[in-house]
Amino acid sequence: MMMTPETELELAEMIAGAEAPLAIRGGGTRGFDAAGQALSTCGLTGIELYELGALTMVARAGTPVAKIEALLAESGQRLAFEPMDHRGLMGTDGEPTIGGVFAANVSGPRRIQCGAARDFLLGVRFVDGMGQVVKNGGRVMKNVTGYDLVKLMAGAHGTLGVLSEVSFKVLPIPEAEATVHVGNVDLGVAVQVLSAALGSPYDVTGAAYDPATRGAFIRVEGFAGSVAYRAGRLVSELARFGKAQQVDGGAQLWRGIRDVTAFEGREGDVWRISVQPSDAVALADALQADALQFDWGGGLIWALAPAGVDLRARMTVPGHATLVRGSAETRSRFQPQPAPLAAISAGLRAKFDPRGILNAGLMG
Amino acid sequence: MEMPVPNPAILARKADLVAKLSALLPQDALIQDEAETRAYECDALTAYRCPPLLAVLPRTTQEVSAVLRICHQMGVPVVPRGAGTSLAGGALPTADSVILGVARMNAVLETDYDNRVIRVQTGRTNLSVSGAVEEEDFFYAPDPSSQLACAIAGNIAMNSGGAHCLKYGVTTNNLMGVTLVMMDGTVVEIGGAHLDAGGLDLLGVICGSEGQLGVVTEATLRILRKPEGARPVLIGYDSNEVAGACVSDIIKAGVLPVAIEFMDRPCIEACEAFAKAGYPMCEALLIIEVEGSEAEIDHQLKLITDIARSHNPVELREARDADEAGRIWLGRKSAFGAMGQINDYMCLDGTIPVTELPMVLRRIGEMSKQYGLDVANVFHAGDGNMHPLILFDANKPGDLELCEAFGADILKLCVEAGGCLTGEHGVGVEKRDLMLHQYEPADLEAQLKVKDVFDPQWLLNPAKVFPLSVTEGRRLVPVAAE
Repeated sequence: MMMTPETELELAEMIAGAEAPLAIRGGGTRGFDAAGQALSTCGLTGIELYELGALTMVARAGTPVAKIEALLAESGQRLAFEPMDHRGLMGTDGEPTIGGVFAANVSGPRRIQCGAARDFLLGVRFVDGMGQVVKNGGRVMKNVTGYDLVKLMAGAHGTLGVLSEVSFKVLPIPEAEATVHVGNVDLGVAVQVLSAALGSPYDVTGAAYDPATRGAFIRVEGFAGSVAYRAGRLVSELARFGKAQQVDGGAQLWRGIRDVTAFEGREGDVWRISVQPSDAVALADALQADALQFDWGGGLIWALAPAGVDLRARMTVPGHATLVRGSAETRSRFQPQPAPLAAISAGLRAKFDPRGILNAGLMG
Repeated sequence: MEMPVPNPAILARKADLVAKLSALLPQDALIQDEAETRAYECDALTAYRCPPLLAVLPRTTQEVSAVLRICHQMGVPVVPRGAGTSLAGGALPTADSVILGVARMNAVLETDYDNRVIRVQTGRTNLSVSGAVEEEDFFYAPDPSSQLACAIAGNIAMNSGGAHCLKYGVTTNNLMGVTLVMMDGTVVEIGGAHLDAGGLDLLGVICGSEGQLGVVTEATLRILRKPEGARPVLIGYDSNEVAGACVSDIIKAGVLPVAIEFMDRPCIEACEAFAKAGYPMCEALLIIEVEGSEAEIDHQLKLITDIARSHNPVELREARDADEAGRIWLGRKSAFGAMGQINDYMCLDGTIPVTELPMVLRRIGEMSKQYGLDVANVFHAGDGNMHPLILFDANKPGDLELCEAFGADILKLCVEAGGCLTGEHGVGVEKRDLMLHQYEPADLEAQLKVKDVFDPQWLLNPAKVFPLSVTEGRRLVPVAAE
């Protein structure tokens, strides 16, 4: 039986009263499941505050992302960090929650321009491993009052505490979008194309490469006239690398890149690797993967590899690899950290969850 | 303002400490005589002063590590210092502490335009980071007002912001990696030129930890290509409420300027008297800047001025060229200097939801009358980061205390309005005792636990950020025996 608290108080009581490890989840769509009694925040729903003119929203952690995106869209706003929907790739169903998005720090193609999920998270309420409710941050854009536990909670995958409420920044949906395609380029050239675009003054919000079709994709967004101007400049400035042109269907294209639809339904493990873009070429060879997809100017590599092959052993450059979809449930999904950092992380987990019951073993 | 009583056991061992540090550092890196340590007695919060036991000015990460290891062994508190421009007393020493200044570590280690990052030693000033990449038309986005003087080390410690963070974010959004020296001397590398350092977001919690978790000696920072151009517009209104409504309407309309600055009448008058920028005399002045190509700027300014006109401005002035743009910014950029001409002042930086601006400004006006102290407001309106400047006379007995009480009331008001005590300056010693207005004891305890992990003996900048009464049991550990 999955535990599904409906209030923060219930959540706190359940954690305080837990006698065995808990597997914390939101909608359970991302596959980051630890062993233990399942506890989902999906019953903690509701948007508590939406201030259009202040670009902020406060919602309970279990609120469906779809509901939040729909409400924002009605007012011409959005979650600008473009959180991935993992369901297609993972073959899961269920409803992604806003708490899950922040707990896993899920960011999409626009991360290169506007920041990651963690950069949009303004405040949290969470319950630590002893059942104590803690708040940190708030609902204002700039806040340096005490330590930034908000960042620490983003990407902690529930190992330091279970999010009960999140407050976050939203942004206006731009009037227009354009995608520039540079065709028939290999990875080495593509990284140069994307670097040139990202190093231009044209405020690029997406920079991806698909090796299967040998196409580099660059997105700009904003007011219609401005988008037309910047897309035009990019087409002419990138022509030196290959055939550059504006292409239609941007919304669907970028959703596909965001959700890694190219790997949907294909056999094998899926790895997500973050490196500096200029290392993408060397690493792509070293990985010996079955298929690759590149985002973030080449700095985010999605790799499809035979089941059970640990790509972390093939990391020849600085960065980190995370197993997003894999069959071996017993092994850690994350890149092991150097000893001093691992000690700090273990120390923090011991302080926030002294009994070791929150997603035990998930992050080390 | 209360500071911990210096530990006599540490004071008594100064000679021993000096001997140990001398063996590790070049002679000119150790400052020990009283006349010279006085230079480190305060930061930009000059109301509070205390010379440190010693100051050390290392040149390398290894030297920083060596200093910290010795201090750790001897149980000596260490106060890290960047350029000493903190407005919150972040670098205020105690008499039994060692000031560890990184000012001599100012090298650019690597610039990488392909990956759009720069790696610097953290003693480098904020503006000179941008300076290092200017010839390729790149820049480092966070731009605190003190950017000419302030160091990246302090920017990271305080998670500094600036006028342009509505679009570009604050330090934490532009910091990709650090070399951190722990209190026991251990050197750790976190993050780098790749996005999102792996594992728990330690970078995120180190940024803004006010030098309490470790000493950051090197940093990898995101650099951005400069926009093609930028231009401001100046808009005057005869009430704060209307100016606030204008800001809110601009944001609701989907325009996201790079900066929205707001000045009230006392501030306009002071700036005008000081800088003669030609500002209109009105109740509220907005300076809104947008970026892009000429045509993009024109389009955005048209949207903004259409909204502004619908609120009946008393003045609306678009910059037609760089000279006019410079004049529009001139007064705003000299606001702090202008205030300094008039009087001593205390600058606060409480932050509020943008929608609460008119109410908060009205209440500050009422409190100003009650306290009998003038206050001028200049702030980043787009993100609700207020900067009330309370004027007082340091030579008049009781005026500083009155000013502090007034400041505390303003900050409490910010918290009540749904905001926070500090948006970009940090807590330091200045707002330490107000922390329980924003956080419950359990909330603070969670933060203290983080320090327990990084610095179990509470030796790094121990008297800051949290009320002394809250940290007492952790700070007062006995000094290790020889």
